[in-house]
Amino acid sequence: MVLQLGWRNIWRNPRRTVVIMTAVIIGVWSMIFLGALMRGIADQMVRNGIATLTGHIQVHHKGYRNDPVVENSMAEPEVVATALKKFLPPDAHWTSRVRVDAIASNARHSGGVTLVGIQPRREAKLSFIGQAITEGRYLQHDEKHGIVVGKALVDKFETRLGRKLVLMSQDTDREIASRAFRIVGVFRAEMEATEKQFVFVTMFAAQEMLGLGKGVSEVSIIVPLHREVNQVATALRIELPASNYDVHTWQELLPMVTAVLKMYDGFIFIWFLVVFVAMGFGIVNTTLMAVFERIREFGLLKALGMKPWWIIREVLTESFFLLILGMIIGNGLGYLSIFFLSGSGIDLSSLAAGLEFAGMSRVIYPVIQGKDMVMANLVVFILGLLVSLYPAVKAARFTPVEAMAHT
Amino acid sequence: MNIVECIDIKKTYQQGKVEVQALRGVSLSIRKGSFVAVAGPSGSGKTTMLNIIGGLDSPDSGGVMVDGKALGQMNQSQLANLRLHKVGFVFQSYNLIPVLSALENVEYVMLLQGVPAAVRRERAKAILDDVGLEGKYDCRPAELSGGQQQRVAVARAIVSDPSIVLADEPTANLDSQTGKGLLEMMKEMNKKKKVTFIFSTHDHMVMDYASRLIQIRDGLVADDQVRES
Repeated sequence: MVLQLGWRNIWRNPRRTVVIMTAVIIGVWSMIFLGALMRGIADQMVRNGIATLTGHIQVHHKGYRNDPVVENSMAEPEVVATALKKFLPPDAHWTSRVRVDAIASNARHSGGVTLVGIQPRREAKLSFIGQAITEGRYLQHDEKHGIVVGKALVDKFETRLGRKLVLMSQDTDREIASRAFRIVGVFRAEMEATEKQFVFVTMFAAQEMLGLGKGVSEVSIIVPLHREVNQVATALRIELPASNYDVHTWQELLPMVTAVLKMYDGFIFIWFLVVFVAMGFGIVNTTLMAVFERIREFGLLKALGMKPWWIIREVLTESFFLLILGMIIGNGLGYLSIFFLSGSGIDLSSLAAGLEFAGMSRVIYPVIQGKDMVMANLVVFILGLLVSLYPAVKAARFTPVEAMAHT
Repeated sequence: MNIVECIDIKKTYQQGKVEVQALRGVSLSIRKGSFVAVAGPSGSGKTTMLNIIGGLDSPDSGGVMVDGKALGQMNQSQLANLRLHKVGFVFQSYNLIPVLSALENVEYVMLLQGVPAAVRRERAKAILDDVGLEGKYDCRPAELSGGQQQRVAVARAIVSDPSIVLADEPTANLDSQTGKGLLEMMKEMNKKKKVTFIFSTHDHMVMDYASRLIQIRDGLVADDQVRES
């Protein structure tokens, strides 16, 4: 009967109930929807970071991360390959790369680039390049002079498919090595900076140009499940001699992204609190109004022998119904909004340059995370009941005589 | 046996800047099973006296015993328990919870007492039948007449067999015919269930029903007559 009474009481003034419920609904919806958008942005940043030649785990020669020069290549990549065969889960992929700083030049321009020598078939399973060719073709195995460049670089160098591009870098003898390549493919990337920075040749061509023999700069690995990343990285750290090899996870390789992710967690929490404070005032105000309207009734209940705690329970029961109803509808609307946007996302390409600066994608796809949902609902429910305590305690404090004399 | 004992009760209220002496030293005893009217003009101290007997208010000095228990030594929680188990109240207005039906209003006190659902439903129905409200179980207060609402209030007051029922001007908002009906019903409940009724009034018709009439004037007992019932 306590629940029945609470339920009926909230419908004594339907308009007021609808107003406060709308506040709860908008609050819960905005927490879930905007939380999902922020998660979507963060998720895309991680995906972009991982797909832009990072992978989940990378293995380098000991000194490569501090000084990424050709001398710090791994001379015996088969040692890493053997370790990978031993520890990688069946659906994992890995590839080797040569990666050095180089100068690209043609008749009109020259500029710094990162020369990436790849194993075309393996690379396609790991990074964005396999699906990013928009003109021409992808690299073929053992191709010696083909090069794939970004659209932004093509524009900057005023060149096109089929034209030559000369790359210069330092070889293992510390001499200048250079080779002319012909543009066989043009790629588009999520960020323009990626299109300008990276040029792709086959690993074989890069090794030959730099006199590396079979040496590689890095081994990049993708594992099927995120939770396997640390497990595999730890196994590799144990297996590979620490004096020669460094093993890093994507969190260590992309410290900015990791920092931004942590910051987003904080942002989401602050956002939840801001929304709740606005909503909390609404709840307190409405509940206080409802309590003051019914002072005589509370006086009657106390006269009948109701204890203060029971009056608090009654007021909290009414808040409970308001919150639960608001949460159900708010969650439903949040899900629907996210569902409708999950296909097409929110296209922010008109702001692409600014977004790129922040490391964001052009299209944001909202991502629901269980912990955000739970947190949003818990914040509303627990804090909602807590702020309702104030009017509830006020109702319980009136003496029956005071309350019954109230007009 | 006395169910209520009041010894030299004094009570002063602060009304704005003015001190109002509601009771100036009232002493009286009420026997179990009596049907007592406390009469007097407005502001004479009737309601204050009923509130003090019911544990809703406390005297500035003097002592009150209800069913052998001294109210002055009880804390708020104990007073609430006393009201819940020993005292039934019928007020002039705002007697019922508007969102509950007649049956649920009567059941509510038993719910607070922890009576099992099936038992309280059965008892609530029986008492509503006793006060002449059979077939009105599911009516909300707004769907009942003033007299019927007061009957529900009486039913709620006596359903859990209290020692006393305190009724503060129960007929004040009713027409004389309805008021008479309510008084007859209360008198019948007094006889049938041996419940002590103490009610305040300034209506002569109500006084005529009382087996004892206590007149209060200016916070003092001016007259106390026991009548043939």
